[in-house]
Amino acid sequence: MAKKHVVAAASEIPPGGRKLVTADGRAIVVFNLGGEFFALSNRCPHRGGSLCEGSLTGLVLSDDPGHYDYTRRGEIIRCPWHSWEFDIRTGKSWCDPDRVKARRFGVSVEKGAKLIEGPYVAETFRVSVENDYVVVEA
Amino acid sequence: MTDVMTEVGAIDCDVHPSVPDVAALLPHLDTFWRDSVVERGLNSLDSNSYPLKSPLTSRPEWRNKSGLPAASAKEVGDQVFGRWQSGTAILNCLYGVQLLFSEDMAAAFCRALNDWVVKEWLDRDPRMRASIVIPMQNVEYAVDEIERCAKDRRFVQVLVLAMQEVPLGRRHFWPIYAACERHGLPLGIHAGSAYRNPVTSLGWPTWYIEDYAAQAPGFQSQMASLICEGVFAKHPGLKVVLIESGVTWLPGFLWRFGKFWRGLRTEVPWVDRAPWEIVRDHFRLTIQPFDAPDDPHAVERAIEHLRSDDILLYASDYPHWQFDGDAVIPAGFSPALRRKIAISNPLATYARLKEDAR
Amino acid sequence: MNIEVSAKARANGQNTRLDIVDCDFHPKLTIEMMRPFLSNQWWVYLQTYGNRSRHGYSKGYAYPKMTPQAARRDAWPPGGGLPASDLEFLQQQHLDYYGISAAIMNPLSPTGQGDMNIELSVAMASAANEAQLIWTGREPRLKSSVVVPYEDGAASAAEIRKRAGNKDFAQVFMLSRTGEAAGRKRYWPIYEAAVEASLPVGIHAFGYSGWPMTSSGYPSFYIEEMTEHATAAQVMVTSMIMEGIFERWPDLKIVLIECGFGWLPALGWRLDKQWKRLKGEVPHLQMAPSEYIKKHFWVTTQPMEETENPDHLLEVMNWIGMDRIMFSSDYPHWDFDDPFVSLPPSLTDEQRRKIYSGNARALYQLD
Repeated sequence: MAKKHVVAAASEIPPGGRKLVTADGRAIVVFNLGGEFFALSNRCPHRGGSLCEGSLTGLVLSDDPGHYDYTRRGEIIRCPWHSWEFDIRTGKSWCDPDRVKARRFGVSVEKGAKLIEGPYVAETFRVSVENDYVVVEA
Repeated sequence: MTDVMTEVGAIDCDVHPSVPDVAALLPHLDTFWRDSVVERGLNSLDSNSYPLKSPLTSRPEWRNKSGLPAASAKEVGDQVFGRWQSGTAILNCLYGVQLLFSEDMAAAFCRALNDWVVKEWLDRDPRMRASIVIPMQNVEYAVDEIERCAKDRRFVQVLVLAMQEVPLGRRHFWPIYAACERHGLPLGIHAGSAYRNPVTSLGWPTWYIEDYAAQAPGFQSQMASLICEGVFAKHPGLKVVLIESGVTWLPGFLWRFGKFWRGLRTEVPWVDRAPWEIVRDHFRLTIQPFDAPDDPHAVERAIEHLRSDDILLYASDYPHWQFDGDAVIPAGFSPALRRKIAISNPLATYARLKEDAR
Repeated sequence: MNIEVSAKARANGQNTRLDIVDCDFHPKLTIEMMRPFLSNQWWVYLQTYGNRSRHGYSKGYAYPKMTPQAARRDAWPPGGGLPASDLEFLQQQHLDYYGISAAIMNPLSPTGQGDMNIELSVAMASAANEAQLIWTGREPRLKSSVVVPYEDGAASAAEIRKRAGNKDFAQVFMLSRTGEAAGRKRYWPIYEAAVEASLPVGIHAFGYSGWPMTSSGYPSFYIEEMTEHATAAQVMVTSMIMEGIFERWPDLKIVLIECGFGWLPALGWRLDKQWKRLKGEVPHLQMAPSEYIKKHFWVTTQPMEETENPDHLLEVMNWIGMDRIMFSSDYPHWDFDDPFVSLPPSLTDEQRRKIYSGNARALYQLD
């Protein structure tokens, strides 16, 4: 059964930002895409690179050779090793989406006041009532 | 298991008619070129890709008294249709017209060569088909030659050499591929060089055997180029036949290419699926030379690594000396696969051959 | 709470400690490290004209890489400097982290190899070798390679002889894109000196030959440059066999580094087939080409082949010979192979031991 882990203050991960956290001993990278939070296993499912160290990029597609259709800027993470692309929203790799995907974790933003009621695990820092926190289910 | 390694009624996808000398083409050149060829003393366009006396260029018993192999439709027919009982032969003429530096002269010689093939070969034996030799020196001329020859339905393919001035995927060549697609002609890429570049990326090799070995890497480069530039994204109907390319290099090449594609595909985003999938859909390879060990089990393993029964085409590569006896198909192919590569794969590749079947 | 977390997890795994020899590790020896070993003339020359590779760009590469310096994005030292230029950081990130027992240093640029100016290559090769010794002095797990100015056979041989007998050097080091194919006579003094010094010759993919990257001219894309390294290697192996260098130097050992290996069995088969017909042209060969491959060539693993069917990878490895394959990581480059996950899981323990270290220890005489 997944537990809910308080892993960061929401203000630590601004839009376009990311943070490597641990929850239940797992390395997880939390992304903020324009206010929406996503959490993926930090370990690249291809050969184990640390996704948090990768570069944020967009999705490039083409319907005609010579045309580069570049969208969703900032929503793709490229592994720092081997440069595979992963969709931050789904964890799926671009080149082998059905078989190779980074594990996703549930993530939400909760008010400090609610967290204090439990059942949350805040491993590393104090939670104050008036702030927002990122909560990962792992 | 019999020792007959041919298939009755097979479509032999690689047979090489020999042009004895430039004089044979003179009747097919217009008067200006005819006179200038004579005045300038141009009497041979034989290519260094196949030194005439090299053992690989022809099996000894297939040479006539003057040393020339495959010199007439009858000689070729006796071997291919007679002894091997093939039903159809596709003629790929390798005379060195594609090496000429003058695009005008090259176009004139391509026209002459294609007309010579019609008159001396196709008109003499109804079982013969041929490839259109085109002047890659000039894309417009090349398209013109395809348009001119494509009217004759006995031309079933367009033929270019594996080693060119620039890689075949480059986009200025695409009108050629559009013409291929329009006329239902696969692009046949045959071993050989236009000698615009050294035959290796490390310069000119010492020995002929290195030149011939370098054909396989030459094909690998072209396969990468055609895919990376997006030829198949633009021309989904185009089929490419690698002829006399060798076969067993393909899996290793595709592993490497596929691996890099996964990391680098954003550079070529129109390549939207793994290279091996594109290759299985668009490329075919002729079986000779079959570059595996002689052991049938090894041949079986090599075929298994291709992961496709559709990709190979029967070909003797006559008169090149690739095998001994009548082992056009090496031991290790199952009877079903033999039949498939001999008939259904070529029919699926060469649209114009199906017209005959109707 | 950052990357150290997973480092701890890794440390547990090291209880079942694997002896790993990394046969392709790239130190970044900066030009400043080499300065004490360069004459004032060459130092000023480098400041003024720089290195001129056999392509058009004065800085960088003929084809733009996909990552800065073609490096892993996490390999930039926190204290600044280029990837693999900070010995302490790379000890921590690579040698300690994976528990690597020995790593063969294969310095790439700036070493002057293949420069248009051969005298500059001569000077820089020697300086690069001195610079490596600074690191082997500080970190005994590192082994040096004798960088040679390979376009000058005689100068290369002299550099090898200068280093012969020094146990810090494990091999002679060349790049695969030589100005002529590596079997050609101009390179023979290198092989002669290497055999004399009992050093294998490691040939690493890359470099610029000055010729187009394909036999049909230059391709358009970096991905093609990457696939073309394997074609260049095929040509190189063919040349070495056909020129008869292994008949001349029966003890010569060649290591193909970062060239891939999936192509190697098929190349041997192809050459054998042709040789059957054309042996009259090369009467100096005493055996089938594939026999020379078996006897004289070793390969390193990175970039590990990724086959569609995993059994095919094992088959290819068996065809090459499990005693000829040596692990390499390519640290700090972008297509780095992690020692813990890159080899096929179905190898036997014995095969793993050989590939991770046994073959390299024997070849490089590391014990």
